[in-house]
Amino acid sequence: MERHFEKDLNEMKERLLWMGSLAERAVHQSVHAVLESDEQLAKRVLEEEDAINELQLEVDDRVVQLLALHQLMAIDLRFVLAVSRINNDLERIGDQAVNIAEGALRILRHPRVKPYVDLPRMSELTEEMVRNALNAVVRRDVELAQSVLATDDQVDHYRDQIFRELLTYMMGDSSVIFPAFELILVAKNLERIGDHATNIAEDVIYLVQGQDIRHPTVDRR
Amino acid sequence: MHASVRPALPVNIPPLATSPAARETSAALSMRMTISKVNFFYGRKQTLFDVSMGIATNKVTSLIGPSGCGKSTLLRTLNRMYEIVRGARLEGEILLDGQNILTQDVTSYRRRVGMVFQRPNPFPKSIFDNVAYGLRINGSKAPISEAVEKSLRHAALWDEVKDQLHKSAYELSGGQQQRLCIARALAVEPEVLLLDEPCSALDPISTARIEELLVQLKDLCTIVTVTHNMQQAARISDFTAFLLTGQLIEFSPTPQLFTTPGDPRTEAYITGRFG
Repeated sequence: MERHFEKDLNEMKERLLWMGSLAERAVHQSVHAVLESDEQLAKRVLEEEDAINELQLEVDDRVVQLLALHQLMAIDLRFVLAVSRINNDLERIGDQAVNIAEGALRILRHPRVKPYVDLPRMSELTEEMVRNALNAVVRRDVELAQSVLATDDQVDHYRDQIFRELLTYMMGDSSVIFPAFELILVAKNLERIGDHATNIAEDVIYLVQGQDIRHPTVDRR
Repeated sequence: MHASVRPALPVNIPPLATSPAARETSAALSMRMTISKVNFFYGRKQTLFDVSMGIATNKVTSLIGPSGCGKSTLLRTLNRMYEIVRGARLEGEILLDGQNILTQDVTSYRRRVGMVFQRPNPFPKSIFDNVAYGLRINGSKAPISEAVEKSLRHAALWDEVKDQLHKSAYELSGGQQQRLCIARALAVEPEVLLLDEPCSALDPISTARIEELLVQLKDLCTIVTVTHNMQQAARISDFTAFLLTGQLIEFSPTPQLFTTPGDPRTEAYITGRFG
């Protein structure tokens, strides 16, 4: 027997995935605004932010309604809780993309500090994390979610690498301090996006297996 | 570039019909019934006080409230059931499609406003005859067996009984009997279906079946249900009215009533902090 709240659950998921696609695109566009010094791309990210925010409010509203009206149990309950958390992470990803786009607008007023080598690699990895985390939500795919968790360390490593390298440039030439600092912030924002993708992947594991793997050192017995 | 299992999407997101922005309000809907300033008395005892509300067409409206709040009384006024109670008196006005229900012939009126009770009450007849009963006494000219099948299908009972239509209705389970009573009410194609605690005598699976049925039936007719089970009201209804000591305390779209009730008494009741 199909219950009528399944339609509501599906619609909520559909809206979350709209939001995911918009957040994913925002990340891609914002980083490419930096890498290709593309002012228009940066401005587009700022323009599209409202759509993500609107969806966050709508998904939240749907979560509240589903919890209040339908006494959801087991996987349905875990799904709504996971959606509520993922919704938050996607909105934050959108915010980090906006930070990067704003940084891009400031960076492109200066000559390039150096050719970008690690930043494109880091952004590719981060985008892949977001993409795979969202695909794992769609497919309820624990293995894919775990691959997202495994990638986070590499992203952190790139952030440290970029930070060290740019620090060296800043120490050598004070005229690059401003754009180099902005680039460090870009790397920092990308690393945070990776963290949000990790959260989403953890939510997928919670959704499918009912296991909360967020803080493995905490003894919950 | 993106090997995504999700489609590439434009920025302009089309709102869904059920999006919060498109959420229905009673103001935008047509009203099948209108209850205006209804006061109700059993002899000297007043049980409803100045109740006014609309019953939206092709929606499910639930009446909730603690025992003795007047919800069943209000439901019974809607098909003039109270008229069989000595000393019962109604003041105020109830309209069906804009016409005062008190000025109409009661038999033909009750064909338009059907009722299903708490305990399944099939007639001591076959399954077929139970559903055909209303059609026969109304002198329906439509082929009866077709109408019976249609009603049983609408009541989601056809597949379970199609090979035993001439068995006694008493051989059915409680949940099936209740769906049979719904089929019997639907057979005469009422505009409004009233249900008084239709699931209180049923097990959880039968209850879920009836709930799903009511959600589907609203495309066919307007539904008003009384329930002491407020979770059920939350699950199935579009509008919910909360009554307390004969007064209508709050009447809102169901999502609103159960998430942000406007009256502290409603909040106390739905959060179980009542009294």
